[in-house]
Amino acid sequence: MGETRDTVAAKPAGWSRSLAAMASTRAFQQAAIFVAAALIAGGLVMWLLLGRTSDLVSGQAIETMMVEASGIADVAEAAGPAAAIDVVARRSKDATSRLYLLVSSKGTKLAGNLERWPDALPHADQRSGNRNSGGVFEYGSTVDKSRARSAAGIVRAISKDMTLLVGRDLSLQQEYAAQVRWLYLAGFGALALAGLAAGLIASRLAMRRIGEIVVTSDRIMAGDFTQRVPATSAGDELDRLAGNLNAMLDRIESLMAGLREVSDNIAHDLKTPLTRLRTRAEAALRDGDPAQARDGLGRVIEDADELIKTFNALLLIARLEAGPLEGSTETFELDELVRDVAELYEPVAEEAGMTLVCHADEPAIVHANRQLIGQAVANLIDNAIKYAPRSGSGDRHAGADITVDLAVAQREVSISVSDRGPGIPAADRERVLKRFVRLEASRTRPGTGLGLSLVAAVARLHGGRILLEDNAPGLRIVLALPRQDEKGRHD
Amino acid sequence: MRILLIEDDKETVRYLVKALAESGHTADSADDGEQGLALAREGLYDVLVVDRMLPERDGLSVVRALRAEGIRTPVLFLSALGEVDDRVKGLKAGGDDYLTKPFALSELLARIEALVRRSQPEESEPRFVVADLVLDRLSRRVTRGGQQIVLQPREFRLLEYLMKNAGQIVTRTMLLEKVWDYHFDPQTNVIDVHISRLRSKIDKGFDKPLLHTVRGAGYMIGEGG
Repeated sequence: MGETRDTVAAKPAGWSRSLAAMASTRAFQQAAIFVAAALIAGGLVMWLLLGRTSDLVSGQAIETMMVEASGIADVAEAAGPAAAIDVVARRSKDATSRLYLLVSSKGTKLAGNLERWPDALPHADQRSGNRNSGGVFEYGSTVDKSRARSAAGIVRAISKDMTLLVGRDLSLQQEYAAQVRWLYLAGFGALALAGLAAGLIASRLAMRRIGEIVVTSDRIMAGDFTQRVPATSAGDELDRLAGNLNAMLDRIESLMAGLREVSDNIAHDLKTPLTRLRTRAEAALRDGDPAQARDGLGRVIEDADELIKTFNALLLIARLEAGPLEGSTETFELDELVRDVAELYEPVAEEAGMTLVCHADEPAIVHANRQLIGQAVANLIDNAIKYAPRSGSGDRHAGADITVDLAVAQREVSISVSDRGPGIPAADRERVLKRFVRLEASRTRPGTGLGLSLVAAVARLHGGRILLEDNAPGLRIVLALPRQDEKGRHD
Repeated sequence: MRILLIEDDKETVRYLVKALAESGHTADSADDGEQGLALAREGLYDVLVVDRMLPERDGLSVVRALRAEGIRTPVLFLSALGEVDDRVKGLKAGGDDYLTKPFALSELLARIEALVRRSQPEESEPRFVVADLVLDRLSRRVTRGGQQIVLQPREFRLLEYLMKNAGQIVTRTMLLEKVWDYHFDPQTNVIDVHISRLRSKIDKGFDKPLLHTVRGAGYMIGEGG
């Protein structure tokens, strides 16, 4: 036991190993998948939004530049090139983010705050006509890239021999874009980290709780059936699992307890007749009188037959509990069977000084194993005859000592056997359905002690149930079986 | 009566062959399925007693093969398998009766006798007569010494079965199976009570009892004791 605990409780040696273990949990893998999906989506959004510099220039800015260029062109047309040069020079002077460059057809700068014609834009002499063109360019220092600044501009031919460039510095927008980009990165980075951390925590929690389950189940496997899986108050899926495991363990524990009780009772019920049989055989062997020896051997056979009956009942219960019997069901009239079995026992009851009446008049067709149902009904009546003492002559008016009823309801048919005997205390009712349980501790009356547990096994096999009720006074045992239409599909 | 015992347990075979011989039968034995099938094919036997589990060829298969060849010799299955569905399987394979091990010798003998009689065409006999007891199967009347005896339907069937096997021992289990069609253990000796009721109707008031209890075996109807 100690060994098992140690091996199970042993922590993985290194941090990396436990990380690897956590990373292999489902919770962590799901978190990782989620984070990866979020990062891909974020990157896509960022690329669509801020991927290219030209995207930073709004349509409105371009329009403004075009209007300005047209205005200067109008001035040139109306007042001559000199006036246009003047306008450009004046505007260049107090401009901050606006850029101008007016060049002659030879490329000589006439006015403006740009030093030279940007390489990225079509040159003045390549321009013809009145149409605007433009694009994104860099200015400032073309040598030192770090000092270069980005701008957007449009190019327009003015009069016949001048070309005008009107531009806008994009530094602000670029700065803004950089900030947005950084925010996105930081945000998604934080999201990714938080997601992975949450995954790790979730997997750690799951691992810890699954570890608890593993440790508990190991202890149980080592034989300690009192162990239970600890449950939290969270009510989550692991709690439900723990709840189910615990319910299963309760069932196993009660089965184990039942088994212990059964083996104690088997020891009594089988060992006693075996001992008796052995003693009789021995006595017969030593008996000098042949007639008495023969008589003794006859009793030995009777004892053996009783033992065989007990074994057969045990085997039958075990077989029924193992599951359905193939091809052994038939459709038959249950009311007729109940009447028949009651009729079979009626003289037995009479001989025991009891009255037995049967009310099974309503037709009830069932699909079941006729022999097993017959056996079950027989056991119920036999029990009633054995355990309910004959009524005193005084309460004859109270009705029959044993009543067998058949009730047909919509979904099930119930066979009930009621007696007017001592009944079974409510606390013991569950117990008597178990194998070998007889309420009197002395266990001296005949019977295998398997009768009721066999009835219960037959009920279970047919998807039915068995109920023990108070007949006030006496006991009523109800064997309820599902109706044929339900059962028919079942088989 | 010639009986073929197909059974692989030598101890059981030796005991049964001796016991059958003591009861006036001739018994041969085969200790595996193939040998058993070969012997049974010769058609010299009145009854086959076949164990379910046999080497070479299992009992069910032996009987299926015989039935497929049209050999109708009555078959009694012996089996350690006593489960609810096993008996049905045995009968489906062509067996006529089924007995679970361990069994009482008297039970086996009574069943063998009953099987042989059943294979003879006396089923259609309209009436059974034992001494002055007469059972008319058509009018369903029973008389003893000309005096009518009123029986319940089940009592009639019980008497009918006993009289059909008159002079032969009929066990309690056989009665439960043939008269009630129950193949289960009724816990109490219910049959005894029914027999004593029947006895009080047919024997009471007559100086010669006809329904006898055979100790450790069952019941028998007949003139002798």
